[in-house]
Amino acid sequence: MTTVMLHEIAHSRAGDKGNRLNMSLMPYDPAHYALLGEQVTADRVLALFTHRGATGCVRYDLPGLHAFNFVVDEVLEGGVNGSLNLDGHGKSNSFRLLSLTVDIPERLPDS
Amino acid sequence: MADNRFLVGNGAGFSGDRVDAPLPVLKTLIASGLPSAMFFETLGERTVALAHLEKRRDPNAGYEPMLERLLDPILALAKQNNIPLLGNWGAANPPAAAVAVAKLAMAKGLPDLRIALVEGDDVTGLVAGGQLPVHEADAGLDMGAWKLIAANAYIGAEPLVEALQQDADVVVAGRTSDPALAIAPLAHHFGWRFDDWDALALGAATGHLLECGSQVTGGVFWDPGFKDIPDPANIGFPIAEVTADGGLVITKAANTGGLVDLRTIKEQLLYELHDPSHYITPDVVLDISQCRVEQVGKDRVALHNLRGHARPDTLKVTASFEGSWLGEGEVSVAGPNALARARATAEVLLQRMKIRGLDVRARVDLIGIASVHDSDAGTLWRNYAGPEPEDIRIRLAVEAHTRDDADQASREVLAMLCCGTAGTGGARWRVTPRILTRSHLVLRERVPTRVVVRTAKEISA
Repeated sequence: MTTVMLHEIAHSRAGDKGNRLNMSLMPYDPAHYALLGEQVTADRVLALFTHRGATGCVRYDLPGLHAFNFVVDEVLEGGVNGSLNLDGHGKSNSFRLLSLTVDIPERLPDS
Repeated sequence: MADNRFLVGNGAGFSGDRVDAPLPVLKTLIASGLPSAMFFETLGERTVALAHLEKRRDPNAGYEPMLERLLDPILALAKQNNIPLLGNWGAANPPAAAVAVAKLAMAKGLPDLRIALVEGDDVTGLVAGGQLPVHEADAGLDMGAWKLIAANAYIGAEPLVEALQQDADVVVAGRTSDPALAIAPLAHHFGWRFDDWDALALGAATGHLLECGSQVTGGVFWDPGFKDIPDPANIGFPIAEVTADGGLVITKAANTGGLVDLRTIKEQLLYELHDPSHYITPDVVLDISQCRVEQVGKDRVALHNLRGHARPDTLKVTASFEGSWLGEGEVSVAGPNALARARATAEVLLQRMKIRGLDVRARVDLIGIASVHDSDAGTLWRNYAGPEPEDIRIRLAVEAHTRDDADQASREVLAMLCCGTAGTGGARWRVTPRILTRSHLVLRERVPTRVVVRTAKEISA
């Protein structure tokens, strides 16, 4: 096994609705989908945002797209209208997600 | 087999998008020889509130400020080729936008251009009268004494279809839902009924994928060395090809930069989505939980298994309020010991808020350590233990109930030019009014819409 940053094997985009943030997560190689499902849990993603008061995180799995959708509640400290953060929409947060690390096998399983 | 494709192009994904993007899209639609339409999505929650404030200042303003610039290069060409242009570019003042389009058309020698004015989304009176329940997501929001600016309901595609049935060349709407701008030309062309949920879902997916313009063709996507795209200075805007039997292919304008592949499609498909089986639009509830995507050519991706569920009885309303004030100030430190000087500056600024007795909620960012991922409490810069940064910009942001408190707080950053640490420079400060928004729900029958189609000549007379 080797430890890599998610950014090396997956991509993500963040969007907002009010004080709620959503972030997609897709492996470049579908062979990594299952291990992302095991390792990138809603709790781990929530922990990335608890310093900003996030209260909950739900993960939706889309196996047909080899994608996950994370929805984090109360993370934007007021949302686009109320936040004092320069990024009121929270669009940069996809790259906070991609800074998580995961363990992957040296050789990929056959996809 | 006859080619029964209908093409929908997007020319803008937000107010502020690239104004040279629409022409290559239009040229691609024309070159296809297929029936087509184009739409422009230029309205966000805040954009509409700002537009209402503009309209208050000037009764002829309050519509998309780039409207004429967006239309100028394409209006005559679109009219000649019978390609209708739809947009929510009316913002807070669709009638003024229609007059602006008419003026432009007259100047271009197009007196017969048919302009549809779609109204009815303004429900300010209903919110002012306290008649509309607050959306559950905003149940905790207390607007207290803040003054209502305006309230607009997200209307669906049906009035836009009415406009197209009356041969509109340009459709000027206000707060339509974003996907409705794509659903309307499709429903008009294919004769979809407004209870054919799977057909409408195809339209909603088309709108959802296209409504942010280049975000599906490489914008907000490119990541040098990891997700490279061709010519990011000229990203081509997207085009959807839809067939009567439910086929949907996303592609982009010819001879442009950017790309369309499974990665760009997946990112935009999930953008601003919560439950993937339940994406609510005024016309249909879109379900992408079973969706599959397939690369069917260069810059061509097909979507399969899109499903629709019955639309809700209510429409979403965004109400905007005149809120508090935002004060911001920034100064920089650089070179040896920058981190210690930046931290000390931050602590002193927060201390100054107390010493001055300013009634503010304050936050400091140390840009160079964290400009966007920190908390209001400064968790990241306080605990930072990485390498010494070369250069740090200290940013104070405050929320205040009065303009004066916001101004005085941000001027404390300016004062650091003389009272601050060694080598403090580059001060900037500003105060801006904040707009607060709250979502409400309204029964759709309480939001009657009106569609009037007139020629440029008639409007200008």
